[in-house]
Amino acid sequence: MAFITANWNPLGDAFYRKIELYDMGWSLRDGLKDCMVAAAPYGGPIALLRQSQRPSPSARPQLEIYSSSGVSMASFPWKSGPVRQLGWTVCDDLLAIQEDGTVLIYDLFGTFKRHFSMGNEVVQNQVLEAKVFHSPYGTGVAIVTGASRFTLAMNIDDLKLRRLPEVPGLQGAPSCWAVLTQDRQTKVLLANGADLYILDNTSCTPVTPPGLSPQACSIINMAVSFSYKYLALFTDSGHLWMGSTNLKDKLSEVETKVRSAPKQMVWSRRPKSQQPSVVLMWDRLLLVAGVCKETIQYTLDEECVCVAELDGVRIVGASRHEMLQEVPSACEDIFKIASMAPGALLLEAHKEYEAASFGKCFLSNFPPEPFVSMCRDLRVLNSVRDYSVGIPLTHTQYKQMTVQVLIDRLVYRKLYPLAIEICRYLKTPEYQGVSRVLKHWACCKVQQKEEPDESIARAVSVKLGEAAGISYSEIAARAYECGRTELAIKLLEFEPRSGEQVPLLLKMKRSQLGLSKAIESGDTDLVYTVVTYLKNEMNRGDFFMTLRNQPVALSLYRQFCKHQEQETLKDLFNQDDDHHELGNFYVRASYKESKLEARLSLLQSAVDEYNKAKNEFAAKATEEEMKLLRFQRRLDEEKGEALLGLSLHDTLHALLSANYHKQAEQLYRDFRVPDKRYWWLKLTALAEKEDWDELEKFAKSKKSPIGYLPFVEVCVKRHNKYEAKKYVSKVTPEQKVKAHLAIGDLEGAAEAAIERRSEGEISTVLARCSPTTDRALLERLNRARSTAAKK
Amino acid sequence: MSAHLSYGRVNLNILREAARKDLREFLDKCAGSKAIVWDEYLTGPFGLIAQYSLLKEHEVEKMFTLKGGRLPTADVKNIIFFVRPKLELMDIIAENVISADKMHSPRDFHILFVPRRSMLCEQRLKEQGVLGSFINIDEYILDLIPYDSDLLSMESEGAFRECYLESDQTSLYHTAKGLMTLQALYGTIPQIFGKGECARHVANMMLRMKREFAGSQTQILPVFDSLLLLDRNIDLLTPLATQLTYEGLIDEVYGITNGYVKLPPEKFAAQKKQGEAGKDLPTEPKKMQLNSAEELYAEIRDKNFNGVGAALSKKAKIISAAFEERHNAKTVGEIKQFVSQLPHMQAARSSLANHTSIAELIKDITTSEAFFDNLTVEQEFMTGVDTDKVNAYIEDCIAQRDPLIKILRLVSMQSVCNNGLKQKVFDYYRREILQTYGYEHMLTLNNLEKTGLLKPQTSTRNNYPTIRKTLKLWMEDANEQNPNDISYVYSGYAPLSIRLAQVLARPGWRSIEEVLKMLPGPHFEERQQLPAGLHKKRQQGENRTTLVFFLGGVTYAEIAALRFLSQMEDGGTEYIIATTKLINGTSWIKSLMDRPEAQTL
Repeated sequence: MAFITANWNPLGDAFYRKIELYDMGWSLRDGLKDCMVAAAPYGGPIALLRQSQRPSPSARPQLEIYSSSGVSMASFPWKSGPVRQLGWTVCDDLLAIQEDGTVLIYDLFGTFKRHFSMGNEVVQNQVLEAKVFHSPYGTGVAIVTGASRFTLAMNIDDLKLRRLPEVPGLQGAPSCWAVLTQDRQTKVLLANGADLYILDNTSCTPVTPPGLSPQACSIINMAVSFSYKYLALFTDSGHLWMGSTNLKDKLSEVETKVRSAPKQMVWSRRPKSQQPSVVLMWDRLLLVAGVCKETIQYTLDEECVCVAELDGVRIVGASRHEMLQEVPSACEDIFKIASMAPGALLLEAHKEYEAASFGKCFLSNFPPEPFVSMCRDLRVLNSVRDYSVGIPLTHTQYKQMTVQVLIDRLVYRKLYPLAIEICRYLKTPEYQGVSRVLKHWACCKVQQKEEPDESIARAVSVKLGEAAGISYSEIAARAYECGRTELAIKLLEFEPRSGEQVPLLLKMKRSQLGLSKAIESGDTDLVYTVVTYLKNEMNRGDFFMTLRNQPVALSLYRQFCKHQEQETLKDLFNQDDDHHELGNFYVRASYKESKLEARLSLLQSAVDEYNKAKNEFAAKATEEEMKLLRFQRRLDEEKGEALLGLSLHDTLHALLSANYHKQAEQLYRDFRVPDKRYWWLKLTALAEKEDWDELEKFAKSKKSPIGYLPFVEVCVKRHNKYEAKKYVSKVTPEQKVKAHLAIGDLEGAAEAAIERRSEGEISTVLARCSPTTDRALLERLNRARSTAAKK
Repeated sequence: MSAHLSYGRVNLNILREAARKDLREFLDKCAGSKAIVWDEYLTGPFGLIAQYSLLKEHEVEKMFTLKGGRLPTADVKNIIFFVRPKLELMDIIAENVISADKMHSPRDFHILFVPRRSMLCEQRLKEQGVLGSFINIDEYILDLIPYDSDLLSMESEGAFRECYLESDQTSLYHTAKGLMTLQALYGTIPQIFGKGECARHVANMMLRMKREFAGSQTQILPVFDSLLLLDRNIDLLTPLATQLTYEGLIDEVYGITNGYVKLPPEKFAAQKKQGEAGKDLPTEPKKMQLNSAEELYAEIRDKNFNGVGAALSKKAKIISAAFEERHNAKTVGEIKQFVSQLPHMQAARSSLANHTSIAELIKDITTSEAFFDNLTVEQEFMTGVDTDKVNAYIEDCIAQRDPLIKILRLVSMQSVCNNGLKQKVFDYYRREILQTYGYEHMLTLNNLEKTGLLKPQTSTRNNYPTIRKTLKLWMEDANEQNPNDISYVYSGYAPLSIRLAQVLARPGWRSIEEVLKMLPGPHFEERQQLPAGLHKKRQQGENRTTLVFFLGGVTYAEIAALRFLSQMEDGGTEYIIATTKLINGTSWIKSLMDRPEAQTL
């Protein structure tokens, strides 16, 4: 503990420290010499492309992938074309940019994934230099060609190539360049001798860094900070200019007294940095130049590579992997000599009592959550920093990258158990944590070609079980992509969301199964979709057979046909020998016909079908309908009445109104209209015409089957009390009161009610009495009511 | 506007707010000025979620009704189609878009499917060659719409027809989805009860969906203790009967649509200014919103109509007494207090005037002979009098060519109360109907037969009397003024559906197993696992909350009966009601009718 500050070096009013992360596990015979190296930030993997030892044309370079601790993850001879640049994507995929502009993509384990080209123009002119960069849009690639033209691909997952405008006077590659993202725009900053240009989509603008030392003839290296906010320029006069990338402010300028170009130059900053610096690397020298113009020098004893991080610089050598960074102020407070900060005191106390959380109890009003979550974070960090995992994250980086991404990274490395353990430990919701890891595991599992379908499906289901939010269909889709259809179907069986199963089943040509699944889901739109698909895929007979076995689908399809394809509907009924529905179908169709003959012939078809269905009633009714239509036509032709299409009832009414009593009688007999209704009909028709004589004749023709109250009522309705009175006497005793009341004869009603000794009827009459009613009558009614009530 | 939704046992405003938020988010997705082209059917339901002002705030400048041909001109950047996923509508949209494309107008098109996207429809748009013209194709999940503080409706008119006639269970899928949304907002419902085929299907889908969403559900303390799913076809009788509550009668006589009623204007004319009365009689029907936001209406809506008059006159006395208070106000402070209450009192007075007018309108009808005769026959059927013979009153009504729907309601009621009509009676009625109203109604009769409303007797046994007796569906001495039983809503008849809910709450369905077996479809109980720590600890005397979902529609009288049960002092259960659609016998029968559009010969 006492030596913690031993490797601290002051820079301005801050300290810098260089700490060892790993003793590298690889054994590189010639170190990093003659190697093309790409190391991903956030403690990511390292790729090496080593030139062959024997300089023979048949010898191929070797591509090797290691973890940050130097544990080998892949190694294979490079068989493609000459590589200009290696780089890593945000998803831990390796990009190899070839001289001909082809970009090959490999995963962490060296499995080829895909490739794309940076444009046809490049094939001819070749790539001179290339850079891989990261922006909010994803991972991008920038190249400069032999024709001194720049091409950008902003996001390799959504490839859109952008060729940037020409740079005036540029021959070959620029002396140095960098990609920067500003205001949601990606630009290239480049130096051609002493001239500096900003190149964007549309223009090439010369720029001048404020206060750049005038002694310089050429800018020979540049570095953009991790956040794209700061820029460092190194000139052939040995001056290091530091400022903002918008070239408006100058931070500082340091004279390094070294005039040769540094091999690498990177910013070393941290959030809330006291003393940002630029780290320059030459063959044997590492120079840290602070904004304060002070420097720290380290001697290097081996070939190294610098990797810029959010809060420092990692230095990777053949034997060691180190981290160089500004000492965070919290650490400074704790470990600075003679510090009296609370942290330092706590540390002293800890040394005395060996209790890590000692002293916490002396804090009042301090919420425990930060302490607990920090302890959790530290445990997670320790576990991923372990040599075997080799992800040397700092706490700052971890917070920036988020647990989600860390889990992804572990998954890419196939470190499933660790990933699951971390999810559980951090209590990440299942569907974001454990389930996601398991899904990746399963996707990887289905690609194991040597294992049989059965055992993979079992293994997957056992491990994933009922884990929440698992998308089995995604796993199945992966299996299908690998050509394992049977396995995919087995896996789909585990998918709880039937809706998700369907599209893949259709893709795999398992449409019948897809149909069952769609029905299971209850989502009728999905059923429709599959049915439409089946309809196009199968011949009609098979299609109908399939539907027949799936009643839910069949009735949906019927609905569809009813609105969209009438003829198909008929075929469907025919196939099922559903004569009743066929009959209905013809009836419905008949109404669409405006020609009588056509309508009749369709109705005849309906009759035939109803007969086949043994639906006697419907057959007879339809025959009646045809009979009526024919009758109406005849009468329309003879008499010029517009009867066609009216109901039987309305036809009769029209006939009676027009005095065609004979024809009405005929219809009445032919259609066996019940007497009661016919009497009502005739009665209404005659009253409406106010043909009172005919009405009276009708009343006397024979005994009315509906009684005579209706006669009274229709007359009253036509405001003819005189006629109405004629029928009152004929009304049955039960309806007498009503009849008298209808014509407004209160006394008559009273008499009838009293005579019948009905309490209810007497009350009805009483209710109709008004203050002007005869007192004597009222008294009689009241008396009669009380006697009736007593009974 | 929506405050009344928050006052109930369950704050349904949460649901409304969630729906509004989704709507705003979608509108903001289409940046710039917009015009909405409406599927006309949706405007009513949307009115319950958002007024025009909300749309306006999000730059909706014009609104059109969806129809074929060219779109009306509008100087806007976005045209948004709000439509149900129906193929017919897709063809119209395609026509609109194609004709607009010909004009080369630089407008962005969007589609918002309500309540759900449909691959079938998108496929159709693709076939029509316009799918690519749409910038956004989205769905607006509007399944259950908050209708009142204790009432949710899907406003899906065709649900009963689709489910029971056409075997199209789309609306049940939406029901299940809607219930999932509800559970996301109000917590998992621990117990599900149900009766009927559709109820079973919905419960199955819910359980399946719960498995599908496993792990992603939010941790909310359950608001509902149980869910009761009821198929409409286990109780075909209730909607056929004439509702006798105040709200029920308004619906029977004038029809309530999306919470609004249109009334004949004459009665309301005098209210404006007495001086001008009679001068210009309004010709536009008076449109009124009916919900519990109106204090008086909330008080009287569920009363038997015979009790409404008394309630109104009592209210009138209170209000005029309140106005009289002004004479007692002596000090400045008292006058100030009186004035501060004025707006509330005036609102109460105008509300009283409105409802007095409505009650008068309805009274004219309920005191008519025709209404009385009709009711008498209904009650005879319900009590099982002469249900196996041709009914003379129905015969007379047919002979006088009364409205067909009235006839179909009565005949169906007779059939239901007799467990199907004798073949002879059945044929006689059918023949009478066809001869009188036209043979084309054969299709409608067919539909009624398929749904079990009007059918021939297949077994000799009529279960209805047993059911009536066991469930006490007929109460001889129903008290209309101060009810002590749900039968007051039909002046004697206790709705079967509500009896099932009542028995379920106490003493439980086990006591009526026999009757349950006589009703169609399975009955069941399911339990949904709650995450640990979400089990409700009921306070002593705290009521249970049950959501009753009527699949295929519910009447206002049934709702009134459930509200009555909620308010019973020793009831122990409070009910929230959900349904596919608010129905009455007329609208219900209408939805089952098939009228082929006849060409003139």
